[in-house]
Amino acid sequence: MRDVELVAVTKRYGSALAVDGIDLAIPEGSYTCLLGPSGCGKTSTLRMIAGHEMVSEGEILLAGRNVTTLPPAQRGTAMMFQSYALFPHLSARDNVAFGLRMRGVAKAERLRRADEFLDLVHLGPLADRLPAQLSGGQQQRVALARALITEPRVLLLDEPLSALDPFLRAKMREELKRLQRELGISFIHVTHSQEEAMALADLAVVMDHGRIVQAAPPRQIFERPASAFVARFIGGHNVLARGAQAISIRTDRCRLDDGAEGPRHHGHVRAVEYLGAAMRIVVVAEDGTEAEAMLPDSTPPIALGEAATLTWNAADEHALAA
Amino acid sequence: MRGAVTSWLLAAPLALVLAVFLVVPLFVLVVVSFYDYDSVRLIPDFVFTNYIEVFGSMVTWRTYAKTFSFAATVWVITLLIGFWIAYYLAFVIEGTGKRTLLFLICTIPFWTSNLIRMIAWVPFLGRNGLLNRALVGSGAIDQPLEFLLFSDFAVILAFVHLYTLFMVVPIFNTMMRIDRRLIEAAVDAGAGFWRVLWHVILPLCKPGIAIGSIFVIVLVMGDFATVRLMSGGQSASVGLMISNQISLLQYPAAAANAVVLLAVVLMMVAAILRVVDIRKEL
Repeated sequence: MRDVELVAVTKRYGSALAVDGIDLAIPEGSYTCLLGPSGCGKTSTLRMIAGHEMVSEGEILLAGRNVTTLPPAQRGTAMMFQSYALFPHLSARDNVAFGLRMRGVAKAERLRRADEFLDLVHLGPLADRLPAQLSGGQQQRVALARALITEPRVLLLDEPLSALDPFLRAKMREELKRLQRELGISFIHVTHSQEEAMALADLAVVMDHGRIVQAAPPRQIFERPASAFVARFIGGHNVLARGAQAISIRTDRCRLDDGAEGPRHHGHVRAVEYLGAAMRIVVVAEDGTEAEAMLPDSTPPIALGEAATLTWNAADEHALAA
Repeated sequence: MRGAVTSWLLAAPLALVLAVFLVVPLFVLVVVSFYDYDSVRLIPDFVFTNYIEVFGSMVTWRTYAKTFSFAATVWVITLLIGFWIAYYLAFVIEGTGKRTLLFLICTIPFWTSNLIRMIAWVPFLGRNGLLNRALVGSGAIDQPLEFLLFSDFAVILAFVHLYTLFMVVPIFNTMMRIDRRLIEAAVDAGAGFWRVLWHVILPLCKPGIAIGSIFVIVLVMGDFATVRLMSGGQSASVGLMISNQISLLQYPAAAANAVVLLAVVLMMVAAILRVVDIRKEL
């Protein structure tokens, strides 16, 4: 059984094509990240699954049921909105209880359940606060509890971490993954951050210009990117020409010339960044092609403008589709 | 220190204007309300007879009852019409240009004076007016409808016509500030149209509704021209009562009445502000 299945889903806004006939199958109880640059169609796709946008063509199946024309609340999905969209006039508890209220659950029961879900996201003590009295991270937990209380089969998250500072972001990331595992439901998470997708996803779906360019587990995407676009977008790769063929090589597999046999990239150093555990250097060749390398922090210092050669094992090269 | 002086100087012009045009006249009004008078002159004094007459007369109570009923009726009607116009402009219309255009169309009646807008109803609603002639001519009725003009109906119609926009503008303003994602979030949680309206839009529009209500209620409570013209002298309002006393040169009586009206209106405004916190709108 699949939790979500998209069949040739297309979205047009007037004459503009936002999503171009995508097919996607999301396994039961999995964490999926829709990943891509802005305007790639990832948010439109999420909103179509939620039912906040109607598909122009194609079908959406949730747990095998065709929900293409159903309103959001009848789909078995719940959405957590970017910047949370909490009701400013309701306390955290009433915000969380809102979905049950709309479903006609009696007051005592829905408030009891709301408190349970607030406890689940560790916000029990702040239940009576208004959203304006909560920090960004706390507001996000309320939004999460509000989405989860209707016990959706699929939780849809629109850039859930983008409003948080980096420290909180990493913490919330763990929390999202923990909740997804504990609840055993599917999460579909839209992000433009490859780091987030790598950290969270069972299935990462890279999109560009309204199409899916690669859908695979993060490790597979990182080790065998399907195209130059994917290799560049997920980062950590050099994309170089090998005759007519484009190849990618991971930046952490590149090293400074040690005289060993192998492919090489010769030029001069344009940038040196000390990153703590590693050093990042960028080498520009005569013809302008750039390649970078993640070197161990123990690498002897190298000066800007110095001549340098990067080298790697031919076996680490990955041929890219045209 | 210099900052404090600058602040005082900056506030001074407005304070001066308010002092000369608001505080002083109000003070004079209160003073005069305790004067004695006969048919030809004001007699400086400190007597309570004016207030005793205001509260002792059944006319006052009946007039207040009438004025309250006008205010309540007009408030309900302008709120209903104003809310839906604002809703239409804010949520149904898409595109800023179209919205601005329609909003400007709403303001067209304000390009002319209140009086002209009221008088414009006369040839339409009169006994031999356009409406009656059309109805009789079409055979819908035998006799012209008498209640259309010079009646409470006409007064309320004119009030609604004059003041609905005062309801539309502040409600529209609060509606435009509602994050559209809140509505999506409510729909996502299973709310239909009416529940989104009741649980999300209405609570968030309260400040705008309060401001619009203050406008409408204050304007209706203090009105005398509309009531006189549209009721043809058959209906009364507190404002009209005061205006009549002034024309009889009973200034102290009029002043006492005015002080009471002011107190009543201030209490109504205070009551509205107690129910709704409008500070976030200001």
